Amino acid sequence: MSDVVERTLSALPGLLGQHDLGAGPGGGPGRFSATSRLGGLIRSITALSSKHEEEKLIQQEQTNLKATVSAPTTTLRLMKECMVRLIYCEMLGYESSFGYIHAIKLAQQGNLLEKRVGYLAVSLFLHENHELLLLLVNTVVKDLQSTNLVEVCMALTVVSQIFPREMIPAVLPLIEDKLQHSKEIIRRKAVQALYKFYLIAPNQVQHIHDKFRKALCDRDVGVMAASLHVYLQMIKKNASGYKDLTESFVTILKQVVGGKLPIDFNYHSVPAPWLQIQLLRILGLLGKDDPRTSELMYGVLDESLRRAEINHNITYAILFECVQTIYTICPKSDLLEKAAKCIGKFVLSPKINLKYLGLKALTYVIQQDPNLALQHQMTIIECLDHPDPIIKRETLELLYRITNGQNVTVIVEKMLDYLRQSKEEYTIINLTGKIAELAEKYAPDNGWFIQTMNAVFSVGGDVMHPDIPNNFLRLLAEGFDDEKEDEQLRLYAVQSYLSLLEEEDTFYPQKFLQVMSWVLGEYSYLTNDGDPEVTITRLHRLLKQTFVTSETKAWIMTAITKMSSRLSCSKTVDKLIQEFSTSLDTCIRQYAFELKHLCENKELMKKLLPLDASCDEIMVDASLSFLDGFVAEGLSCGAAPYKPHHQRQEEKLSQEKALNFEPYGLSFTSSMSSSGFTGRQSPAGLSLGSDMSGNSAEIGQKETNCLKLDGVRKLWGKEGYLPKKENKTGKEDKTQPVPLDSILIGHVVDPPLMQSEQQVVSLSEEEKEKQQLASTLFVGLGSNSTMSLMGRADTINQKLKKKSKISESQNSEEASSFQNIATLPFSPLPDTTPNNKENFQGNEHLGLRKVSLSPSEVLETSVSFDTSQSLTEAGLDEKLSNCRLSTSSLFADRNIEVFQPPQNVPDIVASKAPLSLCLPEELAGHPHSEIVELCSCDILTVYSCKVWTDDCSLLVLFVANNSTSPLKTVNLVFESTEHFKIFESLSYHFPVIEAQSIERCQKCVQLEKVCTEGILSGSISYHLDTDTHLEFSLTFSLSDFIRPMKITTEDFGRLWLSFSNDVKQNINMSPSQGSLSIALNALKQKLKLHIVEIIGNEGIAACQLLPSIPCLLHCRTHARTLALWFRSSCSALPDSLLYQCQKMMAES
Amino acid sequence: MPHPRCGPEDTPEQAWPDFPEELPDLPPSPGREKPPWWDVPEAGPMNQMQFMLLFSRQGKLRLQKWYVPLSDKEKKKITRELVQTVLARKPKMCSFLEWRDLKIVYKRYASLYFCCAIEDQDNELITLEIIHRYVELLDKYFGSVCELDIIFNFEKAYFILDEFLLGGEVQETSKKNVLKAIEQADLLQEEAETPRSVLEEIGLT
Repeated sequence: MSDVVERTLSALPGLLGQHDLGAGPGGGPGRFSATSRLGGLIRSITALSSKHEEEKLIQQEQTNLKATVSAPTTTLRLMKECMVRLIYCEMLGYESSFGYIHAIKLAQQGNLLEKRVGYLAVSLFLHENHELLLLLVNTVVKDLQSTNLVEVCMALTVVSQIFPREMIPAVLPLIEDKLQHSKEIIRRKAVQALYKFYLIAPNQVQHIHDKFRKALCDRDVGVMAASLHVYLQMIKKNASGYKDLTESFVTILKQVVGGKLPIDFNYHSVPAPWLQIQLLRILGLLGKDDPRTSELMYGVLDESLRRAEINHNITYAILFECVQTIYTICPKSDLLEKAAKCIGKFVLSPKINLKYLGLKALTYVIQQDPNLALQHQMTIIECLDHPDPIIKRETLELLYRITNGQNVTVIVEKMLDYLRQSKEEYTIINLTGKIAELAEKYAPDNGWFIQTMNAVFSVGGDVMHPDIPNNFLRLLAEGFDDEKEDEQLRLYAVQSYLSLLEEEDTFYPQKFLQVMSWVLGEYSYLTNDGDPEVTITRLHRLLKQTFVTSETKAWIMTAITKMSSRLSCSKTVDKLIQEFSTSLDTCIRQYAFELKHLCENKELMKKLLPLDASCDEIMVDASLSFLDGFVAEGLSCGAAPYKPHHQRQEEKLSQEKALNFEPYGLSFTSSMSSSGFTGRQSPAGLSLGSDMSGNSAEIGQKETNCLKLDGVRKLWGKEGYLPKKENKTGKEDKTQPVPLDSILIGHVVDPPLMQSEQQVVSLSEEEKEKQQLASTLFVGLGSNSTMSLMGRADTINQKLKKKSKISESQNSEEASSFQNIATLPFSPLPDTTPNNKENFQGNEHLGLRKVSLSPSEVLETSVSFDTSQSLTEAGLDEKLSNCRLSTSSLFADRNIEVFQPPQNVPDIVASKAPLSLCLPEELAGHPHSEIVELCSCDILTVYSCKVWTDDCSLLVLFVANNSTSPLKTVNLVFESTEHFKIFESLSYHFPVIEAQSIERCQKCVQLEKVCTEGILSGSISYHLDTDTHLEFSLTFSLSDFIRPMKITTEDFGRLWLSFSNDVKQNINMSPSQGSLSIALNALKQKLKLHIVEIIGNEGIAACQLLPSIPCLLHCRTHARTLALWFRSSCSALPDSLLYQCQKMMAES
Repeated sequence: MPHPRCGPEDTPEQAWPDFPEELPDLPPSPGREKPPWWDVPEAGPMNQMQFMLLFSRQGKLRLQKWYVPLSDKEKKKITRELVQTVLARKPKMCSFLEWRDLKIVYKRYASLYFCCAIEDQDNELITLEIIHRYVELLDKYFGSVCELDIIFNFEKAYFILDEFLLGGEVQETSKKNVLKAIEQADLLQEEAETPRSVLEEIGLT
């Protein structure tokens, strides 16, 4: 190809002359029509020599164009030409917004040709949020209804590129119709348009999932391929909902790979490669963590690998995707072997692109298969010094994944080398984060750790993630369990910073200076030899530097204050106070004054700034109850009661509304828990109502400003950092520099290495060096050394542990905040406040929700167990073989049930539960879902059932032990999601489940964040010989949390006026849905609404989102449309309910 | 939560307010805040192409197609940075490039660079082949294409691109079908002067 194109011009102006008449040698349509106005423009621009001249020319051109397009006499034909020139101007980087509106006009008024250019201009000029785009909607609607196929195609093309999200309902039915069009190009483009809608507004197209299925089965390959885009996205979001399609995808892929498609779809004699790759991706997502689904695709994956054998980029692209899929789904040994071989082919390829992909694939699979890295270690080493930075970068990424306690120094060194050379901000942020993570996790000793972090801070500067310095300081402050070790670390840090600050006029990033000053302020007392005066002098020197920002100065001042509390008197401090008491920076001046006053009262100062107390908590009375008297006094003197900001704003807003001229209703007290708000005007109410959160945060902020000094110590909470004990035990050995040769010998047990060992004799010096590097890099990898493999597993565990610890501590923090809101810690440092403020509000909010839930609503029952420990212990081994047998047959039975014919509702894919399962009496009376199987393995099966009681949604899980031996310590853990909240805790523990018996647990689920549908996932783990982990997920929809709200018409009226969030929509009704009462009754049943009253063709209904967020519906029928009007106090609720209604009406 | 306001106690005659006579078709009023899930597509990371740029060895932009909404300023900045970075690459270097959080895939054909931005987890090789297929299409359409074809007929190049890639995804992989669609539309060009009713009969057959 490039040979053909190689014949192009080298000197543009020279050639231009030859093409004056517009017919080039190739004879293509309209070649180089240099005679046109566009041609003229292009030619004159190419002839110019300076940017300035170009600007002048374009300006002139734009003036001309402006005059032409706005002249009423301009024909559409001329307009079309103008548009092309405008596109050209824009491409050169000259904004031509005056023409945008004319592009829309051209699309609207022009004949086919002009329209085509108009649409093109629109799609190039405007982005999908551009307001002018609204003007295009009518044109699109018109063209979609056109009888001319070309017009329809153009409209669909533009819709698939840019379309205003809020206008989707206007064209959606038209596009849905096009799915049945007789021409495949139209069907294909319609699917593509719906895909676009799915991306920008997934809720709008949820009801047409069936039609996507139809498109998937389309007889035309193009339409089918287009539908795969949609499926890929949907499966990405919720793989469990589409498992039933696996076999279809597998069949399609088989046909493609087998060459059953028309020859048109071949690309360099490879059948439909794009289609193959799309399908492989989908299969990967479907087979992930699902052995049964993975089973279905092994065959076709094997065939894909086998068929892709031509030496062409496209086959490598397919192979790469295959490898990724094979490593994503549940592993199968012979496939993995083949995939590994494939990766080898990539890695060893002389072609640099393939080598890069090989590294990428290695990075992807390395944690599953560390041996693979060992096999290719020499290539990896070579790539580390590759002239192309991207290869280097990918190699570092790979090394990052295989880092352990033994090779961390070498790898971090390599990463730092790269970091020092890179200028790109994104790379710096990314790499500093990784280095800091590795250093924290695997640091062999204190010195190395501090030095590495110093490098990170100096290079990462102020672009790195703020978590890095924060975590570092927290680590220093909280330390590990070993007090002595901690002190050494701190001492080392202090010493290293002192020596860094020794040199004058060296530039350090602000964040680094802040870290230094905090550490010096807290821990400089640890140095015995250093004179505090010297430290203070060095910090003082910094204060006078111009590059130091005032934020950093505040940190430095704080550090000096802390240090001076330990000195009886200091000349430098006195000088500093003098100097800055007149500073123009008010903040610094305030610090200086504070310092001055504190220095006058050393006793107080010592009390205020105790040694090493950064982790101690300070009690703060967030409710400010000590001010109650003051407030009461103010009120009695006639002061207006305090209104929080949002209330004031709301009132201001509502005053602008015409509706507010209506008389106000009385305060409404029905089933909703509004009691908290009635007391809002009393001063004591301050510590109760929802306004609390805003309130206290503001106060917290205030506190921050004046309490900065001692606040610094409080930055780090008590919990959250993992004391790395395991790591430390290994530390002693790791710090000893092991002779490289011994490592080399220790690791040549692996076959590929053995070879290289034999070759060592003939190796050159350079290669030896590489070998040595390899041995240091790959130490602790591979299966030959069980020790190090265990070590690897440990580190993974450790990672998990660290995470879980953090979340645990967060949980406990939350828990404590429930109990005692007043003890919430403040976080006073200026750069960390915003975050903490949010947390603060969040906690408070949770606390409130919790309060509104009466204890009786929280249900967590466990059935009592009759445990017989001795039985479990005895004959466990013996029973094991039996149980395997029995379960496998059980499994086989169930198998048949599971692969039922696909059904449209994804939830019902799971098989029905055995009859023996039933709900306890107290729940059986409530409406509930069917009991369905959630997940299962040989040993146990989990079934689920939703119970909708009046005041909460209960999730009842049954865990059946299929084996013949009792299961001990079965743990059920839900993943925390933003959408749902689970009471009381996310986990449940079954001490023991007897053989062949069923245990039950129930959890109350609440919708935390309004959404139409969400997935709640979790896992169950048990121990039998080994630890086994089983994952499950289930879908909750909004309607699970909606309950009828029984109120009177009067109450409805009052509430209606008080709500500001509303949504209106007209829905077409089918004839069968008929009258208002039929429609309302349908809504009542499906959405659990309470119909308040029906008058004529209008009706009102009410419901509430648990625990008590009301939503009102006012609807009216007119002709064949149903007008729905929702109002609620919650902004997201009306939209979501409307969507549910639309879906429901579409279904019925 | 409702915030009932205190006020005079005369309830209006009708319990709930009237519907406005003409219900607007569009629900959102400009001031109303949209729920968060509305704005953020929940589909997660998209594997689609972010943009495609064609520029010459001299760094002149010849074609630009953006599949993600960006401001003009951002577009210009990205173009400038990328053109610089790509032109600075040596010929034997990798065709892939990490840039911000994106992956850049580029290939040079004679004096013209074709450059696509994709997500990091996407398949670089297939993107390279997308570029190649586009070049093939251009070549077939123009008959041994050269840079000048694209300079002077860039709107055609756009039309071909739109038939091949739609919204950042490969729309049609059959070369024949893409060219058929383009030729059908071009056919109209020659008949541009003829009355419309005739045109409508032509359509796509």
